[in-house]
Amino acid sequence: MTEMHSPEFFASVPDPQGRFGPYGGKFVAETLMTALADLEALYRDLSTDPAFQSQFDSDLAHYVGRPSPLYEAARISDEIGGARIFLKREDLNHTGAHKVNNTIGQALLAKHMGKKRVIAETGAGQHGVASATVAARLGLECHVFMGAEDVQRQSLNVYRMKLLGAEVIPVTSGSRTLKDAMNEALRDWVTYVDNTFYIIGTVAGPHPYPMLVRDFQSVIGREARRQCLERNGRLPDALVACVGGGSNAIGLFHPFLPDEGVAMYGVEAGGHGVETGEHAAPLSAGTPGVLHGNRTYLMQDENGQILHTHSVSAGLDYPGVGPEHAWLKDIGRVQYVSANDDEALTAFHRWTRMEGIMPALETAHALAYAEKLAADMSPDQHIVVNLSGRGDKDILTVAAIDGIEL
Amino acid sequence: MTRLSTCFDALRADNRKAVIPYIVAGDPSREGTVTLMHRLVDAGADIVELGVPFSDPMSEGPVIQKGHERALANGISLRDVLAMVTEFREHNTDTPVVVMGYANPVERMGYASFADACAQAGVDGLITVDLPPEEVKPLNAELTRVSIDNIFLISPTTPEARIKTIVESASGFIYYVAVKGVTGAGHLDTAEVFSYMSKIKAETALPVCVGFGIKDAASASSIASVADGAVVGSALIDIMAQAMADGDTEQTAADHAIALLADIRQGVDHVSRGN
Repeated sequence: MTEMHSPEFFASVPDPQGRFGPYGGKFVAETLMTALADLEALYRDLSTDPAFQSQFDSDLAHYVGRPSPLYEAARISDEIGGARIFLKREDLNHTGAHKVNNTIGQALLAKHMGKKRVIAETGAGQHGVASATVAARLGLECHVFMGAEDVQRQSLNVYRMKLLGAEVIPVTSGSRTLKDAMNEALRDWVTYVDNTFYIIGTVAGPHPYPMLVRDFQSVIGREARRQCLERNGRLPDALVACVGGGSNAIGLFHPFLPDEGVAMYGVEAGGHGVETGEHAAPLSAGTPGVLHGNRTYLMQDENGQILHTHSVSAGLDYPGVGPEHAWLKDIGRVQYVSANDDEALTAFHRWTRMEGIMPALETAHALAYAEKLAADMSPDQHIVVNLSGRGDKDILTVAAIDGIEL
Repeated sequence: MTRLSTCFDALRADNRKAVIPYIVAGDPSREGTVTLMHRLVDAGADIVELGVPFSDPMSEGPVIQKGHERALANGISLRDVLAMVTEFREHNTDTPVVVMGYANPVERMGYASFADACAQAGVDGLITVDLPPEEVKPLNAELTRVSIDNIFLISPTTPEARIKTIVESASGFIYYVAVKGVTGAGHLDTAEVFSYMSKIKAETALPVCVGFGIKDAASASSIASVADGAVVGSALIDIMAQAMADGDTEQTAADHAIALLADIRQGVDHVSRGN
């Protein structure tokens, strides 16, 4: 076990083929293979280039507002009476979620490649907003693909993207959610590959995306680790983050992976309950397969057709998950659990009322699980939850569920 | 000799080019597919490409996407597609059938079971859009075991050095994707296709067929002047879908597709016979 948890072991993935054990890879149409190879070569050079790294760090400091605080949720921790819960406040980033860490990085890559047009897929709209934001800042043309159902339930973010100058394209094929938005973004990329950079919003997709998105998001875990040591003089006992595609979770988890004493929990969307089949929890209830350029756990039927998912949160409503999570599940380093719609909504209200922090519905899944986890732990133990995004975008959804007309 | 190599040898001896229709298995109906395959052959198809419906057909344009959706609504699985090939073989043992689809249904069935089932059904070749040479080795080993050809796509973005890598894994024929984009999109530039074609031909003796963007006799004819075959998909599926939307029966809708294919056959032969 000691050897298995060495930093070198975790640094060994992905391998040069983009594999995390059996997961990951590059399962795309031939037309995109060269674009991926070019991106991989550029990223290999830039990731060790001090000038690129200092530009990235500077943008994160002055544009995003990093480092984000680590806040002790004292009132809720006291009431639970178990472990102390600390929140890594990604909701305080510019644009209100962790997504911008990645779009800043990928926009720098697009600039280096001389691409004038960027595209993005989005579920809850947070990645779309973060992409539209960096595109506005760099003067790039931006097209965001969004499932028609998500356009309805995330109308505030749709208007934000339009204000930022992006074109939002509602996707009406398939289940009309994030998965279909990603299909459409891939179709656009195949068509305009010469002048277009595809800003993928999560740690999925073909290699090198799962690697580079992880690297850009790992600033979350690096800061949290340092903040825990500075503030508490020790590492936390557990980390908790919600998992849709898994970018905020991998960002928090990755720098802690070699720290054997730190337990990790990825919380998937249980929807109406994993036992009902109406959920978005492929790691909890799926099987391995190939979708959107990588091999990973998927929600699929016995014929390999991708199943419709359900979650109250648009950002978690995805039938796949990043390949590194699939690998971390198999090797047992991270526990993947779920919280259902009702638990997430209860947590949304509770944290808003008791801590004055309104979490995104995605994040509320992590909080719901963290409450249960904390109750089973002792007051001298610490949990860090990635508060991955703010909930303003979800106000209309929550009001509708509560039967309130605004 | 495989059915595909026999087919291309005969075409070459006859100085003709291949006409390859693509349809989605189970679209418009489960019952109509095998009949449609036979009718396409009667109208001049040299090879039939049978699309395996998938929930997330990432390289398809709107026309073929809808074909996949209709087929899935008809409950068509990969096993059903192979059963259709078995049924087709009851009355046709010569025309090569190529199955085209996406990786996940094949992954789910398992490579070895899939290869065995294909061989048993009488499938001749496989095109898997999202299995580039980098990812295909384990499946290729199984296909080779049962002598089924693996057909690869080459696109206008494929650099010359990479053509070599691709043709090393390929057999049957090479499928050149003539336009950057999804199926049914774009505008064909015959001169560009011709110049790229010579780069592929420099690396392989395999026949090179061209698809994406062939809509009618004229475009098929111009492609046939520079390639070994023309694949036509979206145009056939579109003409059937439109007819059915206008209230035609499936048979009448198929009549339109058959007429279009016969037209394309004529256009292609016109070129093959040296105008």
